[in-house]
Amino acid sequence: MKAAVILFPGSNREGDVASALKHVTGVTPSIVWHADTELPAGTDLVVLPGGFSYGDYLRCGAIAARAAIMDAVRAHAARGGLVLGICNGFQILCESGLLPGVLVRNARLRFVCREALLKVERSDTPFTRRYAKGAIVRYPVAHGEGNYTADTEMLKRLEGEGRVVFRYVMADGKRDDTQVLNGAANSIAGIVSEKLNVLGLMPHPENHVDPLLGPTDGRALFESIAGVLERA
Amino acid sequence: MKARVLVTLKSAVLDPQGKAIEGALRSLGVPGISSVRQGKVFDVEFDGSDPAKAEATLKDACEKLLANTVIETYRIEFVG
Repeated sequence: MKAAVILFPGSNREGDVASALKHVTGVTPSIVWHADTELPAGTDLVVLPGGFSYGDYLRCGAIAARAAIMDAVRAHAARGGLVLGICNGFQILCESGLLPGVLVRNARLRFVCREALLKVERSDTPFTRRYAKGAIVRYPVAHGEGNYTADTEMLKRLEGEGRVVFRYVMADGKRDDTQVLNGAANSIAGIVSEKLNVLGLMPHPENHVDPLLGPTDGRALFESIAGVLERA
Repeated sequence: MKARVLVTLKSAVLDPQGKAIEGALRSLGVPGISSVRQGKVFDVEFDGSDPAKAEATLKDACEKLLANTVIETYRIEFVG
């Protein structure tokens, strides 16, 4: 597996995700600068890391989504290549049109930095094969603009096509859209593209991979990706 | 040439920042405010003097970057 992590000015989780990839899969990703126009030859997985690209100016992820490297990322996705966008990376995927909808200010206007409980809604995506369908996992969240929204028609379509992969749930494992930590529509934490090869999620699986730091619920996401790419 | 682009949230989109400002104005005792919605203003200076061309260029800029049309609408005004 060859992985590339895109670095934008203001990204700050590129080290976390690179180290998680190395820790879980043994693969050291290349770090690719946003102004480059090509991905390293043979790239299987592109990661858009968390952070505050361009200081969140204009809208979160808006300027990064128009960076030179994004044409190469779009082409990679169009070929069926895997793309993982975490936090700011998810915002960038939405702004770039690779995923539908948009992430707006948290409904209660607060930056939320804590652990979130998530339900893994499907285990047949390249990112979630090593999870059981319906599993409840813990990933940390740290964002001020993670309130997923899309028009009613798009939400209906996402639900109808089963493209919600991660959903925030309460301690009883049930979703409560009135209590969801950031106000996200249908408690959506992460969605995939139609062809299941592009995943965007607000929570940070890369921060829960090492038992030294606590829970390791994020490991299976990276194991899933590595498993899929090794078989290919 | 100068233009002003106004980007505002679509009316169906919840605006928690606007709501917070609305609440703050109420608590300051500013009377008669029934609703506040927050938006963005871009003042753009322009080469050339053809308004039709400028309008087309700005529309393109709005669609490409200045507005996210999933949640926002935009309006272009020329200010001379």
